[in-house]
Amino acid sequence: MFRRATGLLARPIISSARARTRPFSTDLPATETGDSNFIEAWKKVIPNIDPPKTPISFMKPRPATPSSIPSKLTVNFVLPYASELASKEVDMIIIPATTGHMGVLPGHVATIAELKPGVMSVHEGNDTTKYFVSSGFAFIHANSFADVIAVEAVPLDHIDQSLVQKGLAEFTQKLSSASTDLEKAEAQIGVDVHSALNAALTG
Amino acid sequence: MASTSAAVPFWRSAGITYVAYSNVCANLLRNCLKEPHKSEALTREKVHFSRSNWTDGKPQKPTLRSDTPED
Repeated sequence: MFRRATGLLARPIISSARARTRPFSTDLPATETGDSNFIEAWKKVIPNIDPPKTPISFMKPRPATPSSIPSKLTVNFVLPYASELASKEVDMIIIPATTGHMGVLPGHVATIAELKPGVMSVHEGNDTTKYFVSSGFAFIHANSFADVIAVEAVPLDHIDQSLVQKGLAEFTQKLSSASTDLEKAEAQIGVDVHSALNAALTG
Repeated sequence: MASTSAAVPFWRSAGITYVAYSNVCANLLRNCLKEPHKSEALTREKVHFSRSNWTDGKPQKPTLRSDTPED
């Protein structure tokens, strides 16, 4: 079993060294607005007609990473059916990552965080807006842009406390009476979501 | 030698994919909302699709899954 170990160990070192020279997508400079090679080649052959626009020129270029830490964090909070916050400048957001509630300030290191059901709060000056997020991801880029995506997110006052209590009791009961792995997992998910909801309403 | 991956979440080891887990969480959240937000949200859960297998270049009878009643 260990005869091939030296060979296998050597390979990852080389490939990881090659991989490390590739920059992370969050550290790249601002993206281009058009393919310059294509446009030059077009102008050489057909100088009279304007070159056609490619999809990349319609997209807004990603802002470059500034050399000094910006004062505000720009947040895009999107749901499948609506965009809650679109490029909103805020001071801080606290996201419910699976590793715990994480505060994101401008200049935060680039991170991809998976979110667990919990409360996301957006702090702007003295106002705090809280949303309960069902699950999703948060992408924090090196240029102090944060994209939070969730399947479902509601402001806390849209949640009905009595339904939460009922759901929690129901799923706790299902968890204790579950037999197969699948039933146990489903009941556990129910307990997690409802207890997070409960904590959000009472905390 | 071969490295084991990090500890898998309980739902993954029980056979649920992330997409299914995320949808279950979203549905549980929608069921705990106050009216009228609840009824708006429940419309978002509705799934409607029609699927047909093709053999020999011809579509077979389609299976229809729809949460909205046929008009």
